Amino acid sequence: MDEQIAVVNVQEQLVYARPRALTEETTNYCPGCTHGLINKLIAEVIDELGIQENTISVSPVGCSVFFYRYLVLDGVVAPHGRAPAVAIGIKRMLPDRVVITYQGDGDMAAIGMSEVVWAAMRGENITAFFVNNANYGMTGGQMAPTTLAGQVTTTTPEGRDVETMGMPTRMAELIAGLPGSAYVARCSTYDARTIRDARNAIRLALRAQMAEAGFTMVEFLSACPTNWGLSPQGALQWIKDTMVAYYPLGEIKVSEAVQRLKTKR
Amino acid sequence: MAKELLKGNIAIAEAALRAGVDAYFGYPITPQTELLEHMSRRMPELGRVFLQAESEIAAINMVYGAACTGAWAMTSSSGPGISLMQEGLSYIALSDVPAVVVDIMRGGPGLGNIQPSQADYNQLTRGGGHGDYRCIVLAPATVQEAIDLTVLAFDLADKYRTVAILAGDGLIGQMMEPAQLPPMRERSRTRPPWALTGARGRPPNSIAAFGLEAETLEAMNWRLQAKLQRIRQTEVRCETWLVDDAEILVVAFGSVGRIAKTAVREARAHGIRVGLIRPITLWPFPYKPIEQAAAHARAVLVVEMNTGQMVDDVRMAVCGQAPVYFHGRPGGSVPVPEEILERIVELSKED
Amino acid sequence: MQVSVIIAGFGGQGVLFAGLMLAYAAMDRDLYVTWYPSYGPEMRGGTASATVVIGDEEIGSPVVLHPDAAIALNIPSFRKYEPLVKPGGVLVYNSSLIFEIPERTDIQYVAVPANAIAAEISDTRVANAVTVGALAAVTGMLPVEALIETVDRHIPAPRRATVLPNQEALERGAQLAAELLKQSSPSALPHYER
Repeated sequence: MDEQIAVVNVQEQLVYARPRALTEETTNYCPGCTHGLINKLIAEVIDELGIQENTISVSPVGCSVFFYRYLVLDGVVAPHGRAPAVAIGIKRMLPDRVVITYQGDGDMAAIGMSEVVWAAMRGENITAFFVNNANYGMTGGQMAPTTLAGQVTTTTPEGRDVETMGMPTRMAELIAGLPGSAYVARCSTYDARTIRDARNAIRLALRAQMAEAGFTMVEFLSACPTNWGLSPQGALQWIKDTMVAYYPLGEIKVSEAVQRLKTKR
Repeated sequence: MAKELLKGNIAIAEAALRAGVDAYFGYPITPQTELLEHMSRRMPELGRVFLQAESEIAAINMVYGAACTGAWAMTSSSGPGISLMQEGLSYIALSDVPAVVVDIMRGGPGLGNIQPSQADYNQLTRGGGHGDYRCIVLAPATVQEAIDLTVLAFDLADKYRTVAILAGDGLIGQMMEPAQLPPMRERSRTRPPWALTGARGRPPNSIAAFGLEAETLEAMNWRLQAKLQRIRQTEVRCETWLVDDAEILVVAFGSVGRIAKTAVREARAHGIRVGLIRPITLWPFPYKPIEQAAAHARAVLVVEMNTGQMVDDVRMAVCGQAPVYFHGRPGGSVPVPEEILERIVELSKED
Repeated sequence: MQVSVIIAGFGGQGVLFAGLMLAYAAMDRDLYVTWYPSYGPEMRGGTASATVVIGDEEIGSPVVLHPDAAIALNIPSFRKYEPLVKPGGVLVYNSSLIFEIPERTDIQYVAVPANAIAAEISDTRVANAVTVGALAAVTGMLPVEALIETVDRHIPAPRRATVLPNQEALERGAQLAAELLKQSSPSALPHYER
């Protein structure tokens, strides 16, 4: 009896909780896939900025489709590649809401190249979260625009031949080169430091949208152990050792307006 | 309000504005471009949203996004652009959001040409994209009717939360006729409860033409079909003219409907008992009125600016009560009343 | 009763506007009317046309294969529409630019030196109105006064300076046609005197 009372009296200190903007549902993601982690980081920043009731998500087609279910936000699923166009339709009607797309590499860099480029060209005030796992995950690991040179996939059994298939697409650099983009960063989530950097990039991108700075994009190098044929740990190691060499991490573009936000904090 | 001499494309744009459209997204294509141009000037003037999209694919998806916020959104195009929109239309159809699309049809297939045509009949009335769905399809025969049906398209799209298509052609889009525009409608702009606005003080809303599990998607399909069935039962519209004693029944829609009317009038002057049914809703199709009129007809003549896409529907309606003949001009050619009259006279001589 | 007119010429000769004058005048007199332009690439420098159908009952086709009357402002239009005008119809042509020899005997030809008359008034931009005035007078399809009134009523603010020259051009065309009429029998086309 006395023991139980003693326990209750201990001062509880909450050091970690599930973000309010993240579902309590168990995700469909494969073991070791970092989509879940990226979902959580975005949810954390939405909580932190207090914009859960003001944010509308646009999900794509592919593994990322589940974003609309896992984030506790108003959301819509767009046709394959068209998330930026759908997001623009929403944003033009509701300019004071935060509108985000969450797209995979096939969705954005292949079939949806036109929509994302034009969103950036016009400086649309939306934020695109771009998950680059170097293959088409949902359909079972085919070559994506981001598949590395020599990388084996189910449609490049001898490895990606850049002579016939071209070099892998560096979306962050491409979007950064367009006049309407305000903030573009490439991040990963393979260790504590990169996770922290990713969270910071998400925060800055959303703050930039709220400040109407223009188009913002955060690319994530994300693990796909199932289709890569690696262990979860091995997949993270492959990102660090192999992907980063071709897709350098860091802020690719910070417009003057976003730079001012950065120093203001 | 007095009549004005109005070009079809401009009249449709202006009617949409007055009906209460909130957002227009479009891409240039002949013969509908004046509609886009008119919107580029008028929408900003009224403080509404206009955006020239990078493609018809983007345009229909912008419409989708805007519609998800509870806004009245529209786009307009012609055959090649309408083809590109089919994926988006399929998503919108299962998402239960309203949208209005204008198709000013031109000659096809492929690049075809820019002359008047009705070659999109199948694409428009059968759903057009993947999956089981239909869009409401309205076919005007005059500039005045183009105005009236544009307003109706918004009302039906809103009422049923579905896609309503105004199916005109190069003739309707390019010609001018005296017509009367409705007054600017003051419309409540409260967002409907299903709209995506940010989940403020309520659980989040999701809009997805997506159901991973078979049971889920099957249920969604049956819900959609139930809605389409309600539309079939209540929204059929057609013009019937001189059919009561008609031995020959002409069926023609849109601008061909008006051309056929001249032929029917002339045939009547020759003493031929001929009547006209002009479907105004191409979907839902007026099966019943045609079935009834065909009961006492010796022959049915379908006239179209294509190779006979509506014939299947007319045959279904006639249901073997009379032979169904076809006269058509594809590829941008416009039939003249004389050639239709000739066919009517031929049929009147047959036993 | 219905009357159809095709007006054709080079892009820039005011073909569409000539048709609009007829269409507006018909509308102002509560008649049914359709105006249908050629459109697209042929408008960019080639031969343009406008088809106007006026009637006292609903108009079926706005497209006409054999018009009751035609106005040809350039040689290609003359060649195209001369054979298409209905027997008994009228072909008004711009004799400042067209030197063709008429081939048919079953239609009425009205040669109007439209560019020359227009140049006397202001400049060749009102040549179209000269031919419309002539067409109205020779066919009687609409009173010339109605056209003159219509031009005043419908030319919008930025182009008001063109009202008077157009009105004068309509008048001059009508006068010329009236004189020609004295020398030949009047057209049998329906007229609308509402």
